[in-house]
Amino acid sequence: MMELIDTYWLYFLVGQYPKGPLGGLALTLVLASLGLLLALPLGLLLGLARVSPRAWLRRSVSGLVFVVRGTPLLMVVFWAYFFLPVITGQKTDQFSTMLAALVLFDAAYLAEIVRAGLLALPQGQMQAARSLGMSYGQAMRLVLLPQALRHMLPSLVNQFISTIKETSLGTIIGLTEVSHIATQINVQVMVKPLQVYGALALSYFVLCFGLSRLAYALEARLTTRQASGG
Amino acid sequence: MPHLDFQLLLHGEYRDWLLGGFFFSLQLTALTLLLALPLALVIAILRLAPSRLANALGFAYVEGVRSIPLLVHMLFWYFGAPELLPEGLRIWLYEGNVEAMAAVAALTTYTAAYMAEDIRSGLRAVPAAQMDAARALGFTFLSSLRLVILPQALRITVPPLISQTLNLWKNTSIATVIGVAELMYQAQRVETASFRGFETFAVVTAGYLGISLLITGLAVLFQRRYPVRVGSS
Repeated sequence: MMELIDTYWLYFLVGQYPKGPLGGLALTLVLASLGLLLALPLGLLLGLARVSPRAWLRRSVSGLVFVVRGTPLLMVVFWAYFFLPVITGQKTDQFSTMLAALVLFDAAYLAEIVRAGLLALPQGQMQAARSLGMSYGQAMRLVLLPQALRHMLPSLVNQFISTIKETSLGTIIGLTEVSHIATQINVQVMVKPLQVYGALALSYFVLCFGLSRLAYALEARLTTRQASGG
Repeated sequence: MPHLDFQLLLHGEYRDWLLGGFFFSLQLTALTLLLALPLALVIAILRLAPSRLANALGFAYVEGVRSIPLLVHMLFWYFGAPELLPEGLRIWLYEGNVEAMAAVAALTTYTAAYMAEDIRSGLRAVPAAQMDAARALGFTFLSSLRLVILPQALRITVPPLISQTLNLWKNTSIATVIGVAELMYQAQRVETASFRGFETFAVVTAGYLGISLLITGLAVLFQRRYPVRVGSS
């Protein structure tokens, strides 16, 4: 086991970087962070559309969200793999393909988090803001969203955990993130699959378990702040 | 947009591949559900049992399994786990459909961790006084669970369990990574053979969405038929 770590730790962490493209655990983290970051504005817009008073907007976005949530992520990845070159007119690399799929997929899930966050607020908030003369947009931006976003923080951390786990699907389209690297190490070493995949599982565990503790801590802090009226 | 030709996929060999994959995905879902539900119930009970050791075991299972991507579970069960078995058993395993067995093992352990959490929150939603009252009447912990708590918790627990079944249905697609001949695997196979990517993915997406719609409908139906009784205690 020590020999395995000694030989491959750098490859596992960053792939062939700096001699080649960035890979490994670093790529997993970059992809997950970028995916969630880019999905946030889109998810916010979709979430707002889900509670919009305009029925056509609400219905069409609800339909879109249902379709994305009813489809496996892998299917979305294949669509992106197939469609992005048609739209952009040039060959798309695996990173952009996976990123596009993650952004669309995460946005649909974030939309539900935003919607739930907004619906959890008392109705009086919107009514009070409107009767003070604010427009719907102003009431949303200045009164409802700031409150809803704060409550969504633990859910966002949980979504980040899901995103990290989702990046592992990149291995199926040949993206050199950490699962792909582990598979390659396994092919090279041949005789130690248990140790190689054990190490891979442990890496994900440390990352995701750490983050889930963070989500719990955030939730606990929110509850105490609410209890003390702050 | 190039000319679309769905006819090619709806007849002959390609249709058989896709249909075979579709039914195999359904079988994977059903078998996993059958195995995961009892396992989830045991884990949920471990997490609520009046024993520190049992609680810790349940917690470790749920957090450990949920923190690792399903794809890694699949790789582990397919490449790693057979190494742990004695020689004879391993040979027997490789003579059978080892891919499918690894996929069912991975899906079962993964799904059970999520379902255990749903069952646990359902059990906790039943007021604590119910357990106290049952225990005071002389029931053991397990009989109180079985006769008093579980029947009440079921109404709360079934809708989230149905939505976990939806996740399970979507998750079967990941089994393609270890070469299980389910729907996503057959989609890739047909796409490679026919060069009809758009049509293939459209048909397969419709297949996934159809079952998703069915499962969602089931959840709505259940909630309408058996609404949660507020303050039923």
